[in-house]
Amino acid sequence: MAPAIQAQNLVKTFGDVRALDGVSLDVPEGTVLGLLGPNGAGKTTTVRVLTTLLRPDSGRAVVAGVDVLKHPNQVRSLIGLSGQYAAVDEYLTGRENLQMVGELYQMSSRDAKARALELLEWFNLSEAMDRTAKTYSGGMRRRLDLAAALVVRPPVMFLDEPTTGLDPRNRLALWGVIETLVDQGTTLLLTTQYLEEADRLAHDIAVVDHGRVIARGTADQLKAQIGGERVEVVVHQREDVSEALAALAPYAKGDPDVEKNTRKITVPVSGGAKVLADVIRELDARSIEIDDIGLRRPTLDDVFLSLTGHATIAEQNGDRNTDETGRPAKGRKSHGKEV
Amino acid sequence: MSTSTATEHAIGAAVPRQRHGISAMAHDSWVVAKRNLRRMTRIPEIVVFGLMQPVMFVLLFSFVMGGAIQIPGTQASSSAYTQFLMAGIFAQTVTFAVAGASAGVAEDMTKGLVDRFRSLPMTRSAVLVGRTVADLVQTAFTLLVLAMVALLVGWRIHEGVLKALGAFALLLLLGYAFSWIGALIGLSVRSPEAATSAGLIWLFPLTFISNAFVPISSMPGWLQPIAYWNPFSATVQACRDLFGNQVGPVDHAWPMQHASLVSVGWSLIIMAVFSWLSVRKYRSAVG
Repeated sequence: MAPAIQAQNLVKTFGDVRALDGVSLDVPEGTVLGLLGPNGAGKTTTVRVLTTLLRPDSGRAVVAGVDVLKHPNQVRSLIGLSGQYAAVDEYLTGRENLQMVGELYQMSSRDAKARALELLEWFNLSEAMDRTAKTYSGGMRRRLDLAAALVVRPPVMFLDEPTTGLDPRNRLALWGVIETLVDQGTTLLLTTQYLEEADRLAHDIAVVDHGRVIARGTADQLKAQIGGERVEVVVHQREDVSEALAALAPYAKGDPDVEKNTRKITVPVSGGAKVLADVIRELDARSIEIDDIGLRRPTLDDVFLSLTGHATIAEQNGDRNTDETGRPAKGRKSHGKEV
Repeated sequence: MSTSTATEHAIGAAVPRQRHGISAMAHDSWVVAKRNLRRMTRIPEIVVFGLMQPVMFVLLFSFVMGGAIQIPGTQASSSAYTQFLMAGIFAQTVTFAVAGASAGVAEDMTKGLVDRFRSLPMTRSAVLVGRTVADLVQTAFTLLVLAMVALLVGWRIHEGVLKALGAFALLLLLGYAFSWIGALIGLSVRSPEAATSAGLIWLFPLTFISNAFVPISSMPGWLQPIAYWNPFSATVQACRDLFGNQVGPVDHAWPMQHASLVSVGWSLIIMAVFSWLSVRKYRSAVG
């Protein structure tokens, strides 16, 4: 099946900043690609190129079978975009916002009105629909923005950090919506700084750094790429630590790590769940009482760190000034931490 | 976000209607204009303060300065000056709409909403056309209120209602043309605050080096041709003719003799040039 989103060798420079340095990616129809990377990596610039907001210096992009550079207006009627900050008019009510978007998607005003009501209900905004968006909380605005992106049920959606700045409850709710969309067959490109989000929502992950895709695969593949399954055991009594170490020794593929205070032993292993079962039997045979035991795979955080050489969190505080939105930085007001 | 309605959500997809060319542009522009007009009702301060300035000018000029400014061939009196003044104030009011357009466009460009617009399958120019049309409606409302204030302080029309309406049409045309200058300014500056000042600053020489507040014949000789050919002067003179407010001797300069024609000509030229420049700039401004 032809990919619903395809980018080939996208390059975009702003002055001497090479925001995109040959980004290539493809998203098969009906799947979710998570674009993962720190601030300034080029995630938003990629989204802006694919959604016709920005012309690349070179490269090619096809969305829903339509060439983005040759037929941008055709692409616009096939996509939905929800950005990092809510692109809603704060002086219009929720209902007016959605109706306006519907009409600009060329729906009749009756259809636009009906669709607005449907979406407001789905996003639990019915009660607030006749209040101006100015009075909405951050989470409500995000929901309204996402609803605006769904007005025509686009087959391809772009969500640029949809949950940045949301509290955990709103984040979970938004994840639920996104999962519903994907169940209905929407192809989705999602950018995020949250590894957990990519892990949960994306079929495939592309790690972006310095305007390039530096790794690509499923979450499991990426984790396997840096290897390192570990068994973690917390013994009940401190004097059992050395006995437990002896029990683990046959399975260890490297030096164990012992935290005396927490009575936690971490041992690199290979072989997955079977090893874990063996270890439990062995400990049991030696009558060592344990508080906790588990097989730990590397998290996407570990993957990220090993691929980019820097953590995601370190850069959240904005030590890079690249304007990742891909727009001239003129006069933009700050909309949260990633502008 | 209830998932129970999620399945209904997939049913009955609305099929977008297809519009082309002018009809698409008119439709999209009207949708955007409606949005801007709604905003004005939500932020009435903008409209109210937009009204206060010209009303204040009317009162200050006719009561404070009217007695001191003598129009050649007349006695210095505030009532003669009020007749002379009103066309100038009306014209100044419509051109000051520039500031509204430039601030509005600049604000839109700095907010995320412009990305929403640009990602929609709508006519590119509709964002700007919708803005200028909404400003035109606001200008018409301001003129209406201002005309009533003017009637209260003694201004009268002497050539009939039709000609007076013609004068207001010329004023609105000039205002609409000028709001395209405002749109270009709004697209060119870096913040809404800068847009307000940049939209206003050049209007002072433009409106003062004209026949709006004093007769051009009282200016130094080298300045007179500039004042005569000022698009603003032509509209003011045309309004005086149409209102029957000509006070003092008739000006024999060509643009003053053909004021209505020159006024329409200037407005159309300004509109053509600045709408073209603005739409081009909007298309390229953000990539």
